[in-house]
Amino acid sequence: MRIVDAGENSLIVYLSEYVTPDVSNKIHYLAHEIEKVLIADLIDLIPSYASLLVIFNPLTTDHFAIRNKLLAISLEECHEWIGSQETITLPVYYSEDSGEDLTALAEKKGMNIDDVIELHTSVSYRVYAIGFAPGFAYLGEVDEKIAMPRLNTPRMSVPRGAVAIADRQTAVYPTSSPGGWNLIGRCPTKMYNPSEPPYMPVSVGDTVRFEAIGREKFFALGGKL
Amino acid sequence: MAIEVIEPGFLSILQDRGRFGHHRLGLTTGGPLDLNAYRICNKLLSNTEDAAVIEVTLGGLIITATSDHLICVTGAPVELKINNTPVSNWSCHTLIEGDSLSLNAGEKGLRSYLGVANGFEINLDFGSVSTVTRENIGGLNGDKLSAGDVLHCKSIDDRPKLKLEGEQLPVVEDQASLRVIPGYQYENFSKVDINRFFSTPYKVTDRSDRMGYRLLGPPVAIQDKQLLSEGICLGAIQIPADGQPIILLNDRQTIGGYPKIGSVFSLDLGLLSQLRPGNSVEFSQISVEMAHNLIHLNEYFIGSLKTTEIL
Repeated sequence: MRIVDAGENSLIVYLSEYVTPDVSNKIHYLAHEIEKVLIADLIDLIPSYASLLVIFNPLTTDHFAIRNKLLAISLEECHEWIGSQETITLPVYYSEDSGEDLTALAEKKGMNIDDVIELHTSVSYRVYAIGFAPGFAYLGEVDEKIAMPRLNTPRMSVPRGAVAIADRQTAVYPTSSPGGWNLIGRCPTKMYNPSEPPYMPVSVGDTVRFEAIGREKFFALGGKL
Repeated sequence: MAIEVIEPGFLSILQDRGRFGHHRLGLTTGGPLDLNAYRICNKLLSNTEDAAVIEVTLGGLIITATSDHLICVTGAPVELKINNTPVSNWSCHTLIEGDSLSLNAGEKGLRSYLGVANGFEINLDFGSVSTVTRENIGGLNGDKLSAGDVLHCKSIDDRPKLKLEGEQLPVVEDQASLRVIPGYQYENFSKVDINRFFSTPYKVTDRSDRMGYRLLGPPVAIQDKQLLSEGICLGAIQIPADGQPIILLNDRQTIGGYPKIGSVFSLDLGLLSQLRPGNSVEFSQISVEMAHNLIHLNEYFIGSLKTTEIL
């Protein structure tokens, strides 16, 4: 466990530099345990692939106390995932029209667009984290053959439903927002609905598969370009 | 009992202290960018600490009162008028039924806070009034205010009319010194880049908003190493591949994968949020312990402000 300062009232705990289901299990176990210990001193937690950001009330506690409480949690007792484990299939319209970076990605990888689609739809992804924006599920891991680094300069606006790749992560943008990932298609499924629960179709620990659909089906399912 | 929005101006949004405890759904916090100005507004109105106010960016807001209300404006100095008569900022004023109140942007600063006694009565989304338009939550319909919006609030009562005067008035500048707590991937940046970052001014660009302030200056080189996306705290200084720093503010994304050199001290974010494109910032380092002490001192500062009753 490596604990690093993040800000004046937050610490970030790193358990690994690599993504594995075991590391993910441990992160969520740690989040669960620290929540029980900190109670009112805790403002919020952000579990991710291999890290946990702990945000605390700086008027009632400090970095030293939080660090000690984190170090006192034993991860030995965490063996398996106890949260949600659904499988969800998300339809995606992959094309140049709906994925601005699809052609560039295919060219960079020396393959054609269909190969990219085949590789993206052939993997079962685990939901490792939810964040960035409401309903934004970080899915891993993308086949190494189509892994692409983020754009040098993030876009000011990425459309709702955009399906994207960053390194070996993939995701669906739930709302229009700035973003630096490579866009390869568009998903018509609503990933975030603030008006009533369930607010989002997936939870951390779930499995997601992508299914390629054509332009007509995309519009029929309520998709917009 | 309410006020009605006649002109919303450039960007007027309802804000309380923020939305906390929902990062795991991906929800950001929102909340006032200039937290001290917001807190003083509520203090002058003898409100609770988290009463809902309107954050007005760059003025332009005009409202009318449908009954008698006590109001106060703090933050970036604006040309404030009741029925065309100038009145002062950082001071309570009585609006009589039918009165109109207008805020016009001054020469410096961006964010002003219009509060009303008891706060605006707005339904809570995930426990907070704070408007985050990107998430479509908070405020009236998850959106900024528009002409014709009616904001319910209590009418005037016998609470004191307070004002803040003299040296206690916070000053809004067109440049800011930002104190940074080194953190996150700080150790991964080269000494040369760190020294340059902390010794050169950066300019605020026009690609700055409630989500983050994008700066322009000498690029900071980042390691080629891929970074797993991780949780982002308020004030985190993100360095994307082009090396131009982005300071993440209240409406920030909760998770991101760009390296971060550390985080700007929260009280200085209030100063930053008052800067306009073209203004400049410079950075210095402080320890976590120093930041912690400064937060406690600020509580004392807010708690011991000497307000004057207007008789």
